[in-house]
Amino acid sequence: MHIIQEAAFIVVLAVAIILFSKKSRQIYRNIMLGRPEPLNDQPEKRWRNLLLLAFGQKKMFRNPLVAVLHFVVYAGFIIINAEVLEILLDGILGKHRLFAEPLGGFYNVLINSFEILAAGVLLACAIFLVRRNLVKVKRLNHSDLTGWPRSDANYILITEIVLMTLFLTMNAADTLLQQRGYSHYGEAVTGNFRVSALFQPMLAGLSSGTLEGIERTCWWLHILGILAFLNYLPYSKHLHIVLAFPNAWFARLKPMGEMHNMPEVQKEVLYMMQPELAPPADQAPAEMPRFGARDVMDLSWKNVLDAYSCTECGRCTAACPANITGKKLSPRKIMMDTRDRAEAIGENINANGEYKDDGKSLVHDYITEEELRACTTCNACVQECPVSISPLDIILQLRRHLVMEASSAPAEWNGMFSNIENNFAPWKFSPDDRDRWISEN
Amino acid sequence: MDVRTVADYMNSGETPDILFWVGCAGSFDQRSQKITRAFATILNKVGLKYAILGKEEACTGDPARRAGNEFLFQMMAYNNIQVLNGYGIKKIVTTCPHCFNTLKNEYPALGGNYEVIHHTTLLQELINEGKIRLKEGGAFKGKRITFHDSCYLGRANDIYEAPRKVLEALDGELVEMKRCRSNGLCCGAGGAQMFKEDEPGKTRINTDRANEALATGAKVIASSCPFCNTMMTDGVKLDEKEEEVKVYDIAEMIAESMN
Repeated sequence: MHIIQEAAFIVVLAVAIILFSKKSRQIYRNIMLGRPEPLNDQPEKRWRNLLLLAFGQKKMFRNPLVAVLHFVVYAGFIIINAEVLEILLDGILGKHRLFAEPLGGFYNVLINSFEILAAGVLLACAIFLVRRNLVKVKRLNHSDLTGWPRSDANYILITEIVLMTLFLTMNAADTLLQQRGYSHYGEAVTGNFRVSALFQPMLAGLSSGTLEGIERTCWWLHILGILAFLNYLPYSKHLHIVLAFPNAWFARLKPMGEMHNMPEVQKEVLYMMQPELAPPADQAPAEMPRFGARDVMDLSWKNVLDAYSCTECGRCTAACPANITGKKLSPRKIMMDTRDRAEAIGENINANGEYKDDGKSLVHDYITEEELRACTTCNACVQECPVSISPLDIILQLRRHLVMEASSAPAEWNGMFSNIENNFAPWKFSPDDRDRWISEN
Repeated sequence: MDVRTVADYMNSGETPDILFWVGCAGSFDQRSQKITRAFATILNKVGLKYAILGKEEACTGDPARRAGNEFLFQMMAYNNIQVLNGYGIKKIVTTCPHCFNTLKNEYPALGGNYEVIHHTTLLQELINEGKIRLKEGGAFKGKRITFHDSCYLGRANDIYEAPRKVLEALDGELVEMKRCRSNGLCCGAGGAQMFKEDEPGKTRINTDRANEALATGAKVIASSCPFCNTMMTDGVKLDEKEEEVKVYDIAEMIAESMN
């Protein structure tokens, strides 16, 4: 019986790991569809961002109550995973509570703190479910989330609650069996644990055989649940638990107001102004560079990493002046669209070996011109994002494509452009009047 | 009004200590011209050796760049940097956060390296150094004032305190809006929105923001950007509150209160 369980466990574990790494490689490939952009300078600032923004969740604390609840779930997730190590080794080696003996009294301290955290996670996830489904917090019930995204969020919370319940029930059954000195449970005696002891009265009336069944079922469902969850991550907004860390490391370090320079346009203008500097025609690069971004491949790889890091919390959209006043633009939707398009391109590559034009693009088919034109570039979305995403960076690159490649701009903007070009001001005033303010009053 | 251009300085063999970059709004927009004149009045009073570019100044290219027209931005930047470098300009002050952001953050990559400060920072320095002396019991003493953060000064460049410190010197009652500092709500003008109609929606951004400012019960809405000033003024007008509530640039408030 032991051998079968061990073998089954090893097979399940191997399959879970293989599937997860396959999908991870695909996501890595999709991110790398983006243009190269060097983002590894100034390591001291990047370590700071990693510690403060990712590990410390600094931005979350702009709303302290939610931050504390989220921190409990996050700490619970990371710390309880230490318990998963024991579960994995038990499963592979066919042991039971492998760490109990070598760790002695410290083992109980550990499991007790895991249990308290598990109870905290359970409570926090329940509150989050209430916020989403009963209190209906505005940003969590926005039209961006209609359909799958809303279910995704609920599945995650329910799964975490189920996993924590299984963990506590398993411990309750185990410790009861220890008291009864039943089978091998009588060998690794840990005594009761803080939280699961509260579950014991519900189970006390059951026979030892039934309790063993419950303990085994909980153990298996717990670990299968974790492995299934691992493989659910890459398809879910919950992937932020992994990507928030690299995304904090690779965050832009420039002032938020600074737009990316376009050296290729800078050069064009320089050659126009000083033709003597231009390379001879036969040495000019054959391929025209892209001006702005039309599709995911034209964005920087960091923009695509941003998209996969987004957990759809909607703090950006809740702070967006355009969205607040009823315009179509939603920074969260910009991120969700970018990820959806990157996934579609990824599937296209999976099917064809390389990308075959599907007649679609990020701009138009996913994000409309109306959305892009509503942006005031106020940076509120960038400021709010807890995981260092810049929706604005994507918006501005798509705008560059619209104006420079698609020649699509509202008539007023074309007027503004020609005023700047001819009168050196966005309005139709004579440049000769620029200093008239001195004499007028 | 006595204002000299950099060319005037050069002709008399002098160099100015600081260039006042007026900006397009400050040069042409009637309401913003008042801000420009107020700021020049302050500079004249404290005796700063400053100059303007006059007719040689041109749009920084900010609205073109944010709308997506990088070619036009690069052309404007190229010409402006030629002029600025030609005169050997080292330090620039500007009353417009958009010009400030572009000159400070975006020109260096194109070969334009200057020390750029926003006028609220300069005003704070001048007050701290005792060069600006304010009247006892000036026009804003005891008045309820709320400050609207400009996105390009605040979030974009992390300047939140300088304008508030200047306002504190006026001895008014400074009250904050619900969304202030890094949470501040945009006035609706940035990203070249100033130059086109709003996209379809429920309300305009500036009316939302003006309502928030009015809700503080302030009698003065202080701004630090000519575009914010226009947007807030329009928002207050829409509520028919323009008689009771005034929108001023911080420079105007200081000019009004100076000895």
